[in-house]
Amino acid sequence: MIDYNSVISQRVQDIKPSGIRKFFDILETMTDAISLGVGEPDFQTPWHIRDAGIYSLEKGFTKYTSNAGMTDVRREICNYLSRRFDLHYDMNSQVLVTVGGSEAIDLAIRCITNPGDEILIPEPSFVCYGPIASLASGVPVPIRLVADNEFRLSPEQLEAAITPRTKALVLPYPSNPTGGIMEREDLEKLVPILKQHGIIVLSDEIYAELTYGQHHVSMANIPEMYDQTIVVNGMSKCYSMTGWRLGYVCGPGELIAQMTKIHQYAIMSAPTTSQYAAVEALKNGDEDIEAMKEEYDGRRRYLVNGLRKLGLSCFEPKGAFYVFPSIQSTGLSSEEFCERLLVEQKVACIAGNAFGESGEGFVRMCYAASMQNLEEALRRIGLFLDSLKK
Amino acid sequence: MDQRSNKLLKLLEKDCTLTPAQLAAMCDTTEEDIALRVQSLKDEGVILGYKALINWEKTAIEAVEALIEVKITPQRDKGFDRIAERIYQYEEVESCYLMSGGYDVTVIITGRTLREVALFVSEKLSTIDGVTSTATHFILKKYKQQNVVFEQREEQRERLIFS
Ligand SMILES: Cc1ncc(COP(=O)(O)O)c(C=O)c1O
Repeated sequence: MIDYNSVISQRVQDIKPSGIRKFFDILETMTDAISLGVGEPDFQTPWHIRDAGIYSLEKGFTKYTSNAGMTDVRREICNYLSRRFDLHYDMNSQVLVTVGGSEAIDLAIRCITNPGDEILIPEPSFVCYGPIASLASGVPVPIRLVADNEFRLSPEQLEAAITPRTKALVLPYPSNPTGGIMEREDLEKLVPILKQHGIIVLSDEIYAELTYGQHHVSMANIPEMYDQTIVVNGMSKCYSMTGWRLGYVCGPGELIAQMTKIHQYAIMSAPTTSQYAAVEALKNGDEDIEAMKEEYDGRRRYLVNGLRKLGLSCFEPKGAFYVFPSIQSTGLSSEEFCERLLVEQKVACIAGNAFGESGEGFVRMCYAASMQNLEEALRRIGLFLDSLKK
Repeated sequence: MDQRSNKLLKLLEKDCTLTPAQLAAMCDTTEEDIALRVQSLKDEGVILGYKALINWEKTAIEAVEALIEVKITPQRDKGFDRIAERIYQYEEVESCYLMSGGYDVTVIITGRTLREVALFVSEKLSTIDGVTSTATHFILKKYKQQNVVFEQREEQRERLIFS
C-alpha cells in the first residue's frame, strides 16, 4: 500500500479546497433549486463568435499555434484594449494569449515570486490568488477590506500591509464577489506608496467591461504605473465565453517574455479553435458586450432593490455581476445563512467567507440569471427571512 | 422619447410579463412613472399590444400557415395602400407588409387546413381588383419567430453549478 500522504507534496496538502464548493453536494440532489451561485454569464456565446470557431474547425485549423498566441489574436487584443480602455501594448512583445484569465494569473504570480515573497491580496476576492501564490513559494498576505467604503482598497490599508518582503499587490477590480470598483482617484491614492516600495501590481480586469454607469480605469492607465503593472483579462465574462478557456496577459515586455517561457513549457499554446473565435469576438463583439451589459444592469438594479426591500443592507455594486448583501442583521453566520437558505427555501448563494475571512457576514449572489429566477429567488429569500423572525 | 422610455420598450419587447415593480427597478424609477409611460406609449400608438407566442405544433389544434407573395397594380393617388387595406381587413390575414423587390405585398395567413388557405387565396385574395398575381408558400416548420427559438436545445451537461 502506498502512503499517498507521503507522496503528495506538503505545499499541495496545505492548500484548502475552495469554500465555493461547500454546498455542491446538497445542491446537486435538488431539482427545483434556484442557483445564484454560479460565477458565469447565463448567455450563450454570440453566434457569430461560435460560428468563427466552427468555421476554423471546418477549415481544419487544428494544430498548435505559436506559443504566445496567433498574430491575429494578439493584434486584435491590442486594438481592443486601446479602443475600449485606452491601454496601449505592443502586439509582438507585450501580449501573451493564455488558457483563461486563470492561467494568466498563475503565470504572472509564478513569474515574479521568489520563495518567501509576499503577495498582497485584498479580500474578499476571487479564490485563486492565495493558493497560486503559495504554490509559487510565495506568501499570500490578505488585506481585509471593509463594507464601509464599498470594499475599496485604501492607501492606509495598503501601507499597513507592506513589509520589506512585499513583492506584489493583486488588484482585483471590478470585484468578484463584492461588485466593488476602484475609480481613478482611488487608484491614484495608492500610486505614491506603490512607487516608493517598487511593488508590482497584478490587475485582474476580467470584469472590466461590466462596469455600470462609468468607465473602467486600469492601474496601467496611470502613466507612472504602466511599467509596474501586469494586466490580466479574458474572453470569459464579457463575451460569455467561459468554456472556451481563453484569456490574456499584458505588461512590460521583460515580464511577458518570462511568462511566455513558462507558458511554452506548461501549456504550449492556448486552444486554437478558441483563438479563432476570439479574433471574431474582439473585432466585431463590441455590440454584444453592450447588449449583455444592459441586460445585467437591469437585473442588478432589480436584485439590489429587492434585497433592500427585504431589509438586507446592500451597497450598490458598480461592477461585475454580483451583489454582496450583509446578512449580519439575521444573527446567522454566512455559512449558516447559505446552508439554511438552500435547505429550507432552495436558493443557492455563496457564503462571503469563501472569499476571505473579511467576507464573513455577507453572501454573494450572482445576477447573471433570468428575471423569473431572480423574482422567485427574492420571494423565497423573503420567506426565509420571515421565518427567522418568528 | 427619452432614454428611459427606450429602455422600457426594449424590456417589454423581450418580455411583456415583467411586472411594474420589476420594470421600475430595472429602469431605475418608480412604478407610477412606469405606469404613466406605458399609458402614454399606448396612447401614442407605440405599444400596440401584448401577445403570447404559441407553438401550436405542440397542441391538438390544427393550423396551417402560408406566406403569399402578391403583385399589385398600384392605383392612382392611393398607391398600394388602398389595395393593401382590402387585403389586410380579412380576419385570416395575420400579417401584411409592403415590400421592395420582386413583388409588392407579403401576406401571411393562417387557416385550419391547406384547402382552407388555398380557397382563401383563389377566391378572396386573387379576385381583389388590382391584384395581378399571387404565389403561395406554405410554412412547413417554424424554427424561430420574434427571436424565440421553437425547439429549445438541451441544457449543457456537467456544467459547474458553483463557480
Ligand atoms: C475575478 C476573476 N478573475 C479571473 C477569473 C477566471 O476566469 P477565466 O479563467 O475563465 O478567464 C474569474 C472567474 O470566475 C474571476 O471571477
